[in-house]
Parts: sequence; structure tokens; C-alpha cells
Amino acid sequence: MHILIIGNGIAGITAARTIRKLSNHRITVISSESEYFFSRTALMYVYMGQMRWKDIIPYESWFWEKNKITLINDHVSNLDEQQKSLHTTSGKHLTYDKLILATGSSSNRLDIPGADLDGVTSLYSIQDLEYIESKSKYLQRAVIVGGGLIGVELAEMLHSRNIPVTFLVREASYSNAILPPEESAMINQQIKDHGIDLRLNTELKSIKGNDQGQLKSIITSNGEEIHCQFVGISVGVHPNISWLENSTIDMKKGILVDEFLQTNIADIYAIGDCAEIRKPDEGRKAIEPLWYTGRMMGEYVAQTICGLPSAYAPGIWFNSAKFFSIEYQVYGEINSILPQGQKTLFWQHSDVKKSIRINYTEDSVIGFNLMGVRFRQEVCEKWIATKTKIEIVLAGLELALFDPEFSSNYANEVREAYLKLTGISVLSERKRSYNSVYTFLKKSLRPSV
Amino acid sequence: MNLKDDTSLSLAATAYPGLTSGQKVFTFIGFTGLMIGLIGISDSLFSTGLTLSISLSFICVGIIGYSYLLYRKQPAGIKNNYVWTRNLTNRGLTAWMIALILSGFYVLLYFFPKTLGLGDQANTGVISLFDPLSHFIKNKPASQWFVYGVLYTLAILVFGFKFLMKYKHSRYQQIRTVSVMFFQLCFAFMIPELLERLNQPSMDLKNMWPLNYYFFFDWNLDQLLKGGTLGIFLLGWGVAMIFIISPILTYFFGKRWYCSWVCGCGGLAETAGDPFRHLADTSLKAWKIERWLVHSVLILVIIMTSMVIYTYITGHSQVFFLNSYTIREGYGFFIGAIFSGVIGVGFYPLLGTRVWCRFGCPMAAILGIQQRFFSRFRISTNGGQCISCGQCSTYCEMGIDVRSYAQRGQNIVRASCVGCGICAEVCPRGVLKLENGSVDLFERTSIAPKSPKGD
Repeated sequence: MHILIIGNGIAGITAARTIRKLSNHRITVISSESEYFFSRTALMYVYMGQMRWKDIIPYESWFWEKNKITLINDHVSNLDEQQKSLHTTSGKHLTYDKLILATGSSSNRLDIPGADLDGVTSLYSIQDLEYIESKSKYLQRAVIVGGGLIGVELAEMLHSRNIPVTFLVREASYSNAILPPEESAMINQQIKDHGIDLRLNTELKSIKGNDQGQLKSIITSNGEEIHCQFVGISVGVHPNISWLENSTIDMKKGILVDEFLQTNIADIYAIGDCAEIRKPDEGRKAIEPLWYTGRMMGEYVAQTICGLPSAYAPGIWFNSAKFFSIEYQVYGEINSILPQGQKTLFWQHSDVKKSIRINYTEDSVIGFNLMGVRFRQEVCEKWIATKTKIEIVLAGLELALFDPEFSSNYANEVREAYLKLTGISVLSERKRSYNSVYTFLKKSLRPSV
Repeated sequence: MNLKDDTSLSLAATAYPGLTSGQKVFTFIGFTGLMIGLIGISDSLFSTGLTLSISLSFICVGIIGYSYLLYRKQPAGIKNNYVWTRNLTNRGLTAWMIALILSGFYVLLYFFPKTLGLGDQANTGVISLFDPLSHFIKNKPASQWFVYGVLYTLAILVFGFKFLMKYKHSRYQQIRTVSVMFFQLCFAFMIPELLERLNQPSMDLKNMWPLNYYFFFDWNLDQLLKGGTLGIFLLGWGVAMIFIISPILTYFFGKRWYCSWVCGCGGLAETAGDPFRHLADTSLKAWKIERWLVHSVLILVIIMTSMVIYTYITGHSQVFFLNSYTIREGYGFFIGAIFSGVIGVGFYPLLGTRVWCRFGCPMAAILGIQQRFFSRFRISTNGGQCISCGQCSTYCEMGIDVRSYAQRGQNIVRASCVGCGICAEVCPRGVLKLENGSVDLFERTSIAPKSPKGD
């Protein structure tokens, strides 16, 4: 059986690797962006001089030969789903038995005057990064637009080159649709502490060029003109599906797939950023353009294709990011505005930007939101999955601490915060040791009562 | 501009912000100290204790002040910006020049100490400059080893300070660095020198066989056996270190208790060598070479030492067709001097800082075998949080491809890991943690207990 995968991002490559682990099927991966799989999330580190291009490529070239995964650096021009074949721009004609679409997404563009000017870009691909690099010399000011993660990354990148940055965020506080107010405020402060000119409640109205068509300035929604030579746009992404418009594949915003990640056409699957789940789990979005979901979908689709049909079940939500030097981890359900029936326990470090938030109901903890503190994913997941009461979690909070050895034990301070909040005193019952964590997690393998 | 090169994106000088005026002042002070030292070396008139004191303290103040200003206002967290774009840290001209000077110094030190001024009657040059200090500490003129010891210790102390500033947010790094600074100053330098002053058998208490390959040499055994109670204690201590203390500590903590907390070679690599840690080759090929080479040296040191002991006991220098003196001299020359010194330290700016520890050190090989098969130590991975960015692999000074384990949700149990903890520091997603645990001693390398989505 020949399995053809379009896209060599984390979703496509995880599918290829998992299929190889499970079978001897013929595997081909096509990508027009790059010869080898690379870590998209690490592009910023190449720009900042922390890593070389070859350092963000997770597998050496021998890996693909050894695992008999054929890589083709080419662009797919059209698909013939009836004949189970496709053509590439270089004139190749390929047939398949199973096709996995993992074409990813592209940055959204702003529909405003001047959006096409030279010097306006997003950050998604290698090509974007090369473009940003080519524009980075002699910048007097850059403007970043949009309160997403890419916006902060762009700001950090340009800041590393000592380029003054103005950062326009439409909302009243950074990422306040995802982060609760305290965490959002912490990130605002973090951005400002790095000397970024953060403008909240501000949108981009238009971009102006000079007579030579060079980027000259931007106009904000407040009517202010800011002179700059570079504009970075970070207003989300959309699935790469326009090339499939003439096909018979069902699509809405993305490529519609069922719980087995299969499209309406037999033997064609879609995973990662380009896939839109027809009936997502409660609390999950139909399109989740994330590294982690891409990887999970790659694993699920591989199992299904290799004869172990597995309905996509991403499990308890988790995500992570880094805002300059603040690490962020989230496990379970954390809403920016606390819904009815939920309670929140929030502790914040008095000096440095660190915080721990645990959201819970009468019956169980439901979410952990960590800033500058590392928690163990497996432990948090187990607490949430087994509907553990907040006080039991607090008594064993040491199990979750994942900061390096000798780091402060914030569990005590979180318990104190709980005492202040509710008047209930909880005593520590668990140790921070690996042994106690292991014992705790091993128990979770047994069916919960 | 083509991203697909090996080199980094921006070789443009605009990337690096350059020095602040304060940093320039301290750089100037440091170089002034160096100049004063050179004057002291070149003209015997100035070869005094005062010159040495001024020179060394200016150099130290320069480095300490520079580091302080560099990291003082930096927010918590490590920023390795420009590492791959700077001449010094990306094998540029500066790096080659430093490598040349360093390895040249080692060549002179090991093979031509007379050119450094070692005299039969009286010293001249660099060595004579250190005479006053040597007289002060141990009532003897300086030797090339004394000069080396002073410079080595100062390097660990001042660059240790720089490291402490850089990692000021991390208690693990702080404690570990204070530990290497302490062991270098007290155990490697002060105690042996003071013992010598007291005419006692002298020994670096933490430098054990086989890193200390001459421990069983006749002159050392004689020194210890004739050294009274202290000598016998030191002999017993040395043997106990090899067979009892070191295995127990390695079982509990992994080889890091030695390699990145105590050892002098490790101490220099972790402090002065920190800016070059990313130069270690992470490829599978390098790992293959590493395993062949380091275990060959281990076998060699065992054979050499067995022959030396045989000769010591029987008085026969000929063992089968080999002469134990020839073997011992060969080991000292090729492994002790060329490999661990000239290449091991001299090539810091070209090959990374742990070349000796990784490819050559027989001590690291022994501890590594134990760490791999019988130790509680491992680096654990936090569920499915890895984004395969490769910061861990890039900044691993031992060239371990940490990412290849982390992205599969697997624990990292590798013979070569010295437990410096930098992978966990640079990870942008909080995925890695150094841990000790006994419950899963023989399944440490398996996928973590519950990580269905990890791989």
C-alpha cells in the first residue's frame, strides 16, 4: 500500500513516523516549503542567533532513508481523487492508495490600505523568516499588530536586534480572550519591561508608503501616525485549502473530517492545521492550529490507516508558550472569564512574574494555569480525569512541581492562598520526589473507582 | 540569503548590540592587567609580587565587572542571543586565535616549560613572576604546575562568577557552580599546596584514578607509603574513592556528582567554557566515535595501570612483550598531555568544552557505564509538551541529542550525561527535569508511565 502525505510539518511527519512504526507500507511525504521536517516553533531562535537552521531539524538525513520514508521537495498542483493521483508543479505524477492532507495553514492578512506594501509580513514559514531577515537591517522602528503568540515572538525577535518595537493590541489587555485578567496583566507588564511600546485598545487602520512605494508609517485606530519600516502581522491563521476548491472534498473553513480524521472521500484523510473536525468534543474547537494537536492527529490517523481504527480523542486540553522569559503551561479548562459554578484559586509570587491558578468546582479540579512555574502534565491530567477534589490536590501539590531541583516549593504558598480564600487549612501530604510521583502515576493506570 | 546553509542566518554585525561604556571600562581594566603581567614577564626588574598582584587582580576585576554589568539587569531566564552569529562563539577568527593561544600554552607547559622560564637554579619569565606567590603559599619557588594551578583556579573562580550572574534565577545552577568553585579552590589547589608546605605527601583528594592516572605510579605510591599516617590515609582514601565512595554517590545522583559538581576538568568546562557549550557535535556519528574512543581510553588506562602495579610489586618492567615504562610514558604523553590538555582545553572555542570529558576521560567512562545501568539518575520528560525545537540538544555540552528522547516522551538515561542541567534551563516549554528515583531503576529508559500522546 502506498501512503502519500502532503505536508512535512509536525502532523504529516508524525503520521509518517507512526505508520512506519506500525507497518511496512510505502510512505511518501511531499512538501514545497522545505526539504526536511523542521520545528516551526523554533524559527524565532534561528533569527535570534540562538540556533542554526540545522539545529531546528529534528532528524538527520539518514533517518528518512533508514526508515524508508521518501521525501519529495515539490508542490502539489492538482489532485484527482477519482483516479487517486496527483500532479506536482515540476511535472511529477504520483498515485496513492491512501492520501493524508497535512497542508497546514497560512497567516491571515489584514484587509486594509497598504497591506501589500513591501515590508509588511507575518511569521509562519521559512520563507517568511528569510523575508524578515532581509528586512531587518537598518530598521528604525517596527510595528507588530495582533495580540497572539506570534506577535510576542516577533516582538522578542526584533527586540533581540535592538530594533524599537511598537506593539498594537486590539484588546484591552494582551490575549485576554484566553488568559484570565491577572495572567494577561502579567504579560502586558512583561512586554513593557522589555522596552516594547505596547499599545492596548489599538488597531491598525492603514499602512502608508512613500512615493517610491516604500513602507513609511502606519495609522492607528486612534488616528496616530507611527513611522516605521516594518510591519509584522499576527492576526491568526487559516487552513491551506484553496488548492482543493475544485475537488469533491467537503470543506468549510478547513477540510471537514469525521472522528477518524477521514474526509468525505474514501482513503483521503486530513490532519493538523488544515483539518476541521465535523463534531468536535465539548469545549474543543473544530480547528485547532497547534503543534500538539497536529502531532496527536498524526498519531491517530496512522493507527487508523494501519488497521487499528482510532477515533480522534485529544483528551484533556493542554498547551504551552513562552512570552519573552515567562513560560506558560495550561492543563484542562481555564476560561478568561470564570463561568458560573466554577471557582478559582490564584497565587502570585510577590517579586517575580510567577503565578499558579487552579480552577475547580465543588466536585473536582478542572484546570491549571501556570506562569513561570512548571507543573507535571501527567499529574495534572490524572487529577482532572479522576475528578479529584481541590483539597486533595492541594494536599498533594508537591507531586505536580516540575521546576528544577532546589527550586522553591510554591505548594505551601498556594495552600496559604487557599486558606486565605476559604478559611480552610490543608496540610502537605506528599513529597516532591520522583518516587512518590511515579507511585502516584502508576496507580492511575488502574481503572479509577 | 539561503536558510539551508549550515551557518546561521545573520552574520550581519548589526545583530550584536556591542558593549556598553561600563563594559568597555572593565574590558580595558582586564587588558591593562594582562599588559602589566606581560611587562612583569619580559623585564626581570618588574618581576615582583606587586606586579603579579596588580596584574592578576586587574584581570579578575575586569572579568567580574564586565560579567556583572552584562547580566545585572537581565530578566530571569537564559538568552543565548547572537551565540551563532558572533565570531567568538561561532568558530570565527577570534575563536581560532584563542584556540591557538590556549593549545600553544599547553604545549609549552607540558613539553617546553623552560620557555616559560622554569630554571634549574632560578626561574625567569612567567614562572618567576609567580615565585613570590609560591613562596608565600608553600615556601618554594614556583614551578610550571604552580603557575598552571593558579591560573586554572582563577579561571574557574572568575568565570564561575560570570556563570552565577548568567544563571542567577536558577538555584540548581547556583549551588552547582559554587560547588565546583569550592572544590577547585580548596581541594585541587589550597590543600595540596599547603600539604606540600608542611612537607607532607600531597594529593588532590577529589582527583581519583583513572582520571588521576598516576595514582598507582611508583613515585606516588612511594610518596604515600613513606608519608606516615597521612600518607597511608591518602592511599586508603584514594582506593576508597574508586571502589566505594564513587559508586555509591553515582548510584544515588548519577555521574553529575563528580563531573559537573566536583571535577576540575568539568569545573573549567562549566565556567570558562560556558560560552562554547553549543559547539559539541550532536550527530549520531559523533556519538559512535565517542563510544569507541572513550572506552578505548578506559581499556588503555586499565592495561597501563595493571602493568605499572605489576612492575611495582615484582620489579619486572617487561610484561610479555611490552615495557611498562614505555606504556606509561606513552599514556602520559598522548592521553594525559595531548588529549586532556592541548586538545581538551585548547580546542574549547572550536569543538566545545567537553571534548576530553566526552571522548577521552576514562573516569567519565566508568561513571557513565554505572550511570547507564545502575543509577537512580535520569532526565524526565513532561508528558507531551515537547515542541522539538532543539534548544536542549543545541546547548548540551556532551552532544547528546536530548530532543530525540524528549519528543518521544522518553526519559533520558545516557552514559555521557554530566547532569549540568542546562537542557532543562533552556527548554522553552518546561519539558525536562533532572531527577533521582529508585522505583523504576531498570525501566528508566522506557516511555514515561502515562503518556499516550507522547509518541
